[in-house]
Amino acid sequence: MSGREDTDAGPGAGAAGAVGTVQIAQTARDGYRPAPAGTHPSNDSPAYASTKLRHPLHPPIEIPQTRSEQTGPSHAAAHFGPLAHDLTRQHGGAPIGERIVIHGRVMDDAGRPVPETLVEIWQANSAGRYAHPSDTHDAPLDPNFSGAGRTLTDADGRYQFVTIRPGAYPWANHANAWRPAHVHFSLLGPCCLTRLVTQMYFPGDPLLDADPIFNAVPDARARERLIARFDLSATRPDWALGFRFDLVLRGRCA
Amino acid sequence: MSGPTPFQTIGPFFHGALACAPLAHSSANGVRISVRGSVRDGAGAPVGDALLEFWQVDAGFARAPTDASGAFAIDTILPGPSGPAQAPHLVLQIFARGILSRLLTRVYFEDQPQNASDPILSLVPEDRRSSLLARRIASDAYRFDVVLQGPDETVFFDA
Repeated sequence: MSGREDTDAGPGAGAAGAVGTVQIAQTARDGYRPAPAGTHPSNDSPAYASTKLRHPLHPPIEIPQTRSEQTGPSHAAAHFGPLAHDLTRQHGGAPIGERIVIHGRVMDDAGRPVPETLVEIWQANSAGRYAHPSDTHDAPLDPNFSGAGRTLTDADGRYQFVTIRPGAYPWANHANAWRPAHVHFSLLGPCCLTRLVTQMYFPGDPLLDADPIFNAVPDARARERLIARFDLSATRPDWALGFRFDLVLRGRCA
Repeated sequence: MSGPTPFQTIGPFFHGALACAPLAHSSANGVRISVRGSVRDGAGAPVGDALLEFWQVDAGFARAPTDASGAFAIDTILPGPSGPAQAPHLVLQIFARGILSRLLTRVYFEDQPQNASDPILSLVPEDRRSSLLARRIASDAYRFDVVLQGPDETVFFDA
């Protein structure tokens, strides 16, 4: 992994310039646009009990965007192997569950593609159990499913995963609480300011209405952007249902 | 489609998916140091399921999960040398169960003279600046503790 801005100079080269000649974006014109109000959940979201002792009491301090925030790691030269994006072929046999294709585009908020950016996903198996030592849900593990994948977007910002549809699972947030089926997504984008960690949900899930994590997003239209849509054109006959999930990162003012 | 995709929490089960790598390129030139510390919540309890991501323009990117005691550690090089504009620092982003939108902060180093004129530190009320200063605990090691909530709360930024 190397700094995007360091690619030509080589690691460590020009260190003095890296910080010493830092440019501070004084106007919105040359910085990354903020998200509209209501897009991101407040960390003080009492319905999600784990936020109680983990949300800062002070509001964040607004700072100008400097080169430190406007740069980030590049994975353009990374190679993950041919099966990193196919969670159904990472073991000796096929995992139990409904095979699905998840695909989409990563764009900035002006609709420009975000190429060659790292997309990482993780999820529960079809029974609603993570292959993780901290998951104690009484549901079976699947020896053929680890539930983790990664890929790079192509030049047009497109990505694709093959996986199985995750199951819902109970959690201790409140009485009879169940997480809607979801796939965790992590995207780096071009710099620290475009970093995104989110969750993809499935259309028509009745558990969404009662989920405090999904509903922590104030704006209803923003919540809709967390729900994949069924995509017949990506559905592979006799093999797997297709879902489309586009992601939008902060964009830089042109 | 319009507007950015909202944040959601990273949850407690990310460890197998998000590869953790050392920060400094093995070829990066500079004084090699480690930065270690812990993450604690508003009751002083360790946060054992956080992920810390460090970015350093002259060295690279690192991810460090906390362990059950809330502790993390990375190896890197001391940032800089830096001119008059900004003191040496690391960008730090923090993710965890119970954190819905990632927290952004910076790690500065207590023994760097440029801290006094750093334009970002100067935006922080003086009585809270120490929360951003890693303390030197050995010739090649610094300690930086993150407090998510309370009287000693770490300063977080929005950029």
